[in-house]
Amino acid sequence: MRRRHPAGDNPQATPRSGGLPAPPNLPGPALLRTSKLVKVYRADGVTVEAVRGVDIELAIGEFVAIMGPSGSGKSTLLHVLGGLEPATSGEIWLRGQRVDTLSTAGWAILRRRHIGFVFQFFNLLSNMTVGDNVELPALLAGATPRQARKRREELLAELGIADKAGAAPARLSGGEQQRVALARALANEPSLLLADEPTGNLDSASTHDVLRLLRRAHAGGQAILMVTHDARVASLADRVINLFDGMVADDAKIVSIPRNVNGVSDVLELRG
Amino acid sequence: MRQPLLALLAKEPAHGYELKLALEQIFGQAYPSPNIGQIYVTLKRLEQDGLVRSEDVEQTTRPNKRVYELTLAGRQALRAWVEEPSDGPRIRDEFFIKLILAPMAGLADRMSLMNSQRRHYLGIMRNLTELQADTDPADTTGRLLIEGAVLHLQADLDWLERCLEELV
Repeated sequence: MRRRHPAGDNPQATPRSGGLPAPPNLPGPALLRTSKLVKVYRADGVTVEAVRGVDIELAIGEFVAIMGPSGSGKSTLLHVLGGLEPATSGEIWLRGQRVDTLSTAGWAILRRRHIGFVFQFFNLLSNMTVGDNVELPALLAGATPRQARKRREELLAELGIADKAGAAPARLSGGEQQRVALARALANEPSLLLADEPTGNLDSASTHDVLRLLRRAHAGGQAILMVTHDARVASLADRVINLFDGMVADDAKIVSIPRNVNGVSDVLELRG
Repeated sequence: MRQPLLALLAKEPAHGYELKLALEQIFGQAYPSPNIGQIYVTLKRLEQDGLVRSEDVEQTTRPNKRVYELTLAGRQALRAWVEEPSDGPRIRDEFFIKLILAPMAGLADRMSLMNSQRRHYLGIMRNLTELQADTDPADTTGRLLIEGAVLHLQADLDWLERCLEELV
């Protein structure tokens, strides 16, 4: 994130290429595409350029992780892509439709039908049961009560929390709450799942569970765009975009490298 | 390799191939399979140092096998190894030296060095997460070895981000 005073220079800057080859061709038609996306915050006479001209694409069914140091603009980018905050300039296209021009209400409808959101701190509705948290999005999107109940039961069973349906979210562990949040995000079979540090607040075992579920959702064709600083989580993605200073510093496909090159054997070599 | 062999021999006398099998069985697939030649060479050196002794055991259908056992000096050396604290992981300095020197020589810019190093780390991480998924949950030793490698690698990646913040 770059701070400067209002009379400063042009906020549009050339993205850093890093001198590496461009990422490989995308596997299919673009689900999400941005063009010169910019997000500037202005408060108390100070301007903060959080996102500075980002062009990214996500194919249907693709899983992309966004990494970068804190303050590099990754969470802001995700919030703008989900319509939680308006873009300052640039374009966002989802499923071939331009969406950055939508009103707040327009975004709400789009999210209900096409975008699922998972946050670091779960954001479950505390005065509703686990089951109702998962059922609500389907009802809001116009499903019949019977359909919504069926979907809720499928999801809770799939995520291994069927026995928690009647509990209040606060009674659940962090890992369980995140599974409920994931069930809620997937309730309307969104075209795109946006996840902001979904394992950022979880212990190792719960992280493992959430990873397994994300991997399964992706295997079932779910497109995922996820901000994370956890390399374990990022390594599951098809591609990793690295942000630095609000710009794309790197965009690369992940290829598994056998550990005997430089992995476990290197880290855990016996002495002697 | 010396201390692990001493530790295994402290339990019971064994021949070289049994030691190789024991290491594989205890540490599982996460651990690189020890080379039998290296085990024999190490045993020979341990014997020269007086830490183990060996004798040939006759076999009826096969050539004799050499069985090794721990000496008193070997037991003392093993105890000293167990009691002293072990070194922490070393700084991954080869990449750091590259990062500092290569731009000075005009050979590469730091951003692209860091990007390609990050890609490499993420590729290893991908391999480790796949290995983790394939590891039997009951194989505690194997799971912990992988988790250790994962945590070290995560620390390397975090450090890379710190270098990025300060150097670019």
